Amino acid sequence: MRQTVRTLSLGALLAATLSATPALAQHSHDGDDSPAPWSQADAYYDPAEMAEARAQVQHHAGGQNFWFVMADRFEIQSLDGEETGVWDAQGWYGGDINKLFVKTEGEYSFEGDEVEDAEIQALWSRAISPYWDLQTGLRYDVEPDGKAHGVFGVQGLAPYLFEVDAAAFVSEDGDVTARTEVEYELLLTQRLILQPRLEANFSFQDVPDRELGTGLTNLDAGVRLRYEIKREFAPYVGVEWQGAFGETADIIEAAGGDAQGTAFVAGIRAWF
Amino acid sequence: MVSRRQFLSTSLQAGLALGATSLLPAWSLPASRGNTGLSTLTGNRFDLKVDRFPVTIGGRSGMALGVNGTVPAPLIRFREGEEITLNVTNTLDEDTSIHWHGLLVPFQMDGVPGVTFPGIRPGETFQYKFAVPQNGTYWYHSHSGLQEQLGHYGPIIIEPKGADPVGYDREYIMVLSDWSFEDPYRIFKKLKTMSETYNFSHRTVPDFIEDAGEKGFGTALEQRAMWGGMRMSPRDIADVTGATYHFLINGHSTADNWNAVFNPGERVRLRIINASAMSIFNVRIPGLPMTVVQADGLHVRPLEVDEFQIGVAETYDVIVQPKDEKAYAFTAESIDRSGQVVATLGPRPGMKAKEPALRAVPTLTMKDMAMDHGSMDMGGDTASGGMKMAGMDHDMKGHDMDAMSDSAEVKRGPGVTKLAAMPMSRLDEPGLGLEDVPHRTLRYSQLRSLEPNKDTRAPEREIEVHLTSNMERYMWSFDGVKFSEVTEPIIFHEGERVRMTMVNDTMMNHPIHLHGMFFDLVNGGGNHMPRKHTVIVKPGEKLSVDITAEHVGDWAFHCHLLYHMHAGMMQVVSVLPNDGRNKPMSHDHPPSHKASMQMDGQDMKHEMSSHDMGAHDMEGHDMGSHGDHKMGGQH
Repeated sequence: MRQTVRTLSLGALLAATLSATPALAQHSHDGDDSPAPWSQADAYYDPAEMAEARAQVQHHAGGQNFWFVMADRFEIQSLDGEETGVWDAQGWYGGDINKLFVKTEGEYSFEGDEVEDAEIQALWSRAISPYWDLQTGLRYDVEPDGKAHGVFGVQGLAPYLFEVDAAAFVSEDGDVTARTEVEYELLLTQRLILQPRLEANFSFQDVPDRELGTGLTNLDAGVRLRYEIKREFAPYVGVEWQGAFGETADIIEAAGGDAQGTAFVAGIRAWF
Repeated sequence: MVSRRQFLSTSLQAGLALGATSLLPAWSLPASRGNTGLSTLTGNRFDLKVDRFPVTIGGRSGMALGVNGTVPAPLIRFREGEEITLNVTNTLDEDTSIHWHGLLVPFQMDGVPGVTFPGIRPGETFQYKFAVPQNGTYWYHSHSGLQEQLGHYGPIIIEPKGADPVGYDREYIMVLSDWSFEDPYRIFKKLKTMSETYNFSHRTVPDFIEDAGEKGFGTALEQRAMWGGMRMSPRDIADVTGATYHFLINGHSTADNWNAVFNPGERVRLRIINASAMSIFNVRIPGLPMTVVQADGLHVRPLEVDEFQIGVAETYDVIVQPKDEKAYAFTAESIDRSGQVVATLGPRPGMKAKEPALRAVPTLTMKDMAMDHGSMDMGGDTASGGMKMAGMDHDMKGHDMDAMSDSAEVKRGPGVTKLAAMPMSRLDEPGLGLEDVPHRTLRYSQLRSLEPNKDTRAPEREIEVHLTSNMERYMWSFDGVKFSEVTEPIIFHEGERVRMTMVNDTMMNHPIHLHGMFFDLVNGGGNHMPRKHTVIVKPGEKLSVDITAEHVGDWAFHCHLLYHMHAGMMQVVSVLPNDGRNKPMSHDHPPSHKASMQMDGQDMKHEMSSHDMGAHDMEGHDMGSHGDHKMGGQH
C-alpha cells in the first residue's frame, strides 16, 4: 500500500513538473501561423526580415525571461550556547507568468559538525493574480532522511504588504505537513529595516520518524534588523523565539531537550 | 520590393570625434569652452556613425553608445521642406536604429525596428531620406533595445521656411538626460526582480510618527493602512532615481557646470529637450521668468511661467530675458526630487550659479489612485478644473460620443493591479509636486497653438486606451496587454478624425508618444488646441486627444519611459489606406486647405498679423521679426 502511494505521488509530481517546463517559454509570435499583426512595412523591406524584427521587438517589450537569486537568511543562530548555521534561499528563472523556482533551506550544527536538515524544492510557479503565484513541484530532503515530497503552495504579497510563502507537503510516505512563513518590513530609515518574521509548521498526522505530533508542531517568531549597505547586500542581527508544541514538544522534552528557547541571530541578506 | 538599404563607401565624414573623450559637439560646449550661442549652420546631408566610446561624466569614466562619438549626439539642423539625407552607419556588434522624434516622415523612414523597418544591422549603412512639413525643436534617438539610456540621443532644429514668429538675440539647446554607470540591462533586471530597488524615498517609521503627531495617530494609521491595504507606496514616483542616475544638461553634470553667456537685456531662446530614459524634470531658473513659445516643436501663444514639468521626450522652447549682470541657475530637478542638474546662464563664460537646494519629496494622494470620493479637499486648485471631464467644452458638433465610443476592454490578470474607479481630467494641474510652489507653473490647460488648428472637424469616433500596470511585478501595458502579447494593432483609417481617450490606471505619470501624428490636446482650446507628439498622462487621469489620421503606415505608440516600453507599454497604430469608406478629409474646409492638410496641417506660414497678440503680453517684442537674430556662434 505504502509503495503504491509513493509511486503514484512521485509519478504525478514528476509529470506535473515536466509538463510545466515548456510553459516557461513565454508566448511570442515568431514561428507561429497567426497572421502578422501589422505588415505595411513589408511593401518597402524584405517581409522575412520584417517578420524577424517584429518578433524581436515584441519579445523585447514584455516577453523576456529573467533570473533572480536571493539568500533571505544566511545566518548563525546562538541558542543556549549552541551555534547553528541556517540558510534560507530561493532563486527563479522565467517570465512574468511562469517561473521555475528553486528553494533551499537547512541547518548546520557547529557542535556536531553536521548538516542536520537540508531541503531543496523545484517548483513551477505560475502567476494567478496580481500579487499571488501558485507553486507546485517537488521537495527533496537531503538530510535527515532523503525523503521526497510533493509541494503545493502559494507565494505572494498579502494586503498591508505582508510577504507570504505557504505550502503543503505530501511525503513519499503519504504524510501531510504544511509550512507558512510571513514577513513584514518596517523602514526605520531608507536603509535600516526591521523585519518581523513568523514561521509556523503543521503536521496533519503523527510522524514518528521526524518526531512530529499532529497539529501545530513548531513556531519561530523573530525580528531581524538589517542595514542595506546596498539594496542587494544587507548584514543583520536579530532575535528569534523558537518553540515546539503539542505532541512534538512532548517528544522533545521526553528526549531531555527544551521545547522552547530564544536564539540570537546574525547574518547576511543578499540578492543578485 | 525595393530595399532602401545602401552600403555606402567608406568616404563617410563620420570620423569627427571618434574615440575622443573630451570632444563634444560645438552646440553642447559650455561658454567656458567657446560656445556663445548656436550658429545658423544648416545642411541637407548628415553622416552619422553609431559606436561605443568612452565618456567622462562628472569626472568619472564610462562607456557610452551613441552617435559620432559624443553624448549628446550632433545637432541636426536643416530647413523646413528641404529634402535631407542621413546616412547612418552601424559599427556596433548589435542592431541599431534612429527614430526622428516628432518629425512627420514617411513611415518607412520612422526608424522603429519591427514596426517601420527591420533595423540597421552591424556593419550596415542605412540611408534615411525625407522632407518634413514642419519646423521647430525636435530630437532623435535609438529605438533599439536600451541604447537610448547609453547616450544614443541628439537634438534636431528645423529652421522655418518663412519668418520665425519668435524673436530672439541668442539661442541655446538644453538637452536634459539621465546617465547611469550601471548597465541598462542590469537596471531593467533589478526593476523586474526587485522593483523598488532605486527608491530611497519611502515613508518610514519616523515619518509615520511625525504624521501621527500632526494628524493624530488614528488618521496617520488609517492612511498608512490604506496604502498598505492597496499594497502600494505613496512614494512610488520614479522607478529609476538619483540613486543610480547622474542628471545631465548637454552631457554635463552639475559638477561639470555647463554654462552659457548672455548680454543683459538680450532675449535668449532656450530649446529644452528632455532626452532622458526615465526622468521627468521640473525646470526653473530662480529669479528669471520663462516665456514658453513652443511646445513639442510647434508654436504656442507666449505664456510666461516660472516653472514647468517636462515629460520624457517633450520639448519646450522658452525665451528668457536676464536683465541683471549675474549668474542664473538653470535647474532641472527630477520629479521624485532624488537629484537635479544645474547649468549656469551668466554674463561671462565660466560663471557658476549657486545651486538651489533640492526640495522636499512629494507624496502621492488618493487622487492619484483615482479612487477617492473626498479628493476635492486635497487641494484648492483642483476644484475648478479637476472634475471637468476632458473635452467637455470642446465643440462636439452634436455628435453623441458615447454611442461611438469604442471603450477599451482591459484584460485583467496578473499584469493589472487596479483600474481607476474615478479618473478625472488633471489638465489644470501643473504636475506632481508643483501644486504648492509659490510661483507660476505651466498647466496643459493653458497651452494654445499659435496657429489656428487646420483640422477642426469633430472626431468621428472615440477609442479608449487604458494605461495599466503591476508595479510589484514591473509589468506595464496598454489595456492589460503587453506588447509581447499584442495580436492586433489599433486601427485608424486614412483621413479620419479620431478621439483617443487615455485613462491612467497606474500610480505613475506616463509620457505617451504617438509616432507620425500629432495629438491635438483636448484642453478647451477651441481651434487653437496645442498639438503635441508626447503628453504626460497623470496618475488617475482621463485625458483626450484628437488625432487626424493622415499618414498611412504602421506607427509606434508607447510610453516614453524607456523601461516601461521595454516591459510592454507599447502598441502599434496602423493607419490603413483609405478604401473609399471615409469621407475625404477636410470636408469642412475650403479646398485651398487641402494641400496643406496633407502635410499634417503644419503649414508654417504664420498668420501673425491676424493674431491678437494684445491679450498675450510679449513685452513689446516684435514676434514677427527675426531680423535682430544675432548669432554669436563660433562656427
